[in-house]
Amino acid sequence: MLLHFLAMGGYAAFVWPAYAASFVGIGAIAWTTVRDYARAKRRLKQIDAEVRR
Amino acid sequence: MSSRGAALTNLFELANPKRFLDVSAILLPWIGAIAAVAIAAGLVLALFVVPPDYQQGDTVRIMFVHVPAAWIGMVAYGAMALASLLGLVNRHPLADVAAKSAAPLGAVFTALALVTGSLWGRPMWGTYWVWDARLTSFLLLLFLYLGYMALWSAIEDEVRAARAAAILALVGAVDVVIIKYSVDWWSTLHQGESIFRAGGPLISPIFLWPLFLMAIGYTALFAFLWLIRIRTEILERRVRAVLGREAR
Repeated sequence: MLLHFLAMGGYAAFVWPAYAASFVGIGAIAWTTVRDYARAKRRLKQIDAEVRR
Repeated sequence: MSSRGAALTNLFELANPKRFLDVSAILLPWIGAIAAVAIAAGLVLALFVVPPDYQQGDTVRIMFVHVPAAWIGMVAYGAMALASLLGLVNRHPLADVAAKSAAPLGAVFTALALVTGSLWGRPMWGTYWVWDARLTSFLLLLFLYLGYMALWSAIEDEVRAARAAAILALVGAVDVVIIKYSVDWWSTLHQGESIFRAGGPLISPIFLWPLFLMAIGYTALFAFLWLIRIRTEILERRVRAVLGREAR
């Protein structure tokens, strides 16, 4: 059953890489977007604190 | 005031960075939730419920990640071009920020559309790539995104960079029109319009619904990431402004 599903009717070599590429591509851009946002928030907070001192 | 005037006034109120940060903070969790639910439901249908197509077999499942990626590749460019136009005409810095923030997202979705399309093309057309009008104009879209981002990086002065990039974005918008109509204007290997066409979609509802869900999910995901990237750019500009003031 599972093997039949994974085989994708003989097209596994095309179907799974397409899903993997989508997962990796979207995951990478989502991760860098959130990481850059957190970094910018941290930096602004830090600079605000320095200016107030 | 006319409804068009009121809409423009609302748009410019929202274009105030402080107001934008407040409104986007409220919208983000909702848009993120829509993206997560729609993509999860779409994937379950695409992988476990949809039957193999009578001609394409199981490769039809590639369509559920290929078509929404291509859709976002074009939508992101449309958003970038519109924001660029507003930036050029109204000289509003938030419009430039919005245009700049859409480019990396559009580039990734366009690249994904090309990769997943190639993976579908090999078993169905017998080749990963062909210099067909739709494929070539879509590859050009990726180059336009890359050129746009390169232009922003190459020019140090933000105002000049925004202006040059906006002109490129507007000139490149012609390519989006060419992509859309390429299958009608030229006899291509890529199949003709099968969803957004006069007379309704040609696709069976069992394939159309998962595709629709994935398109909603990808659109919400793009909106979610775009808003975060705009917020990031606003915060970075604030950092630069504070540092500039302190340096004086």
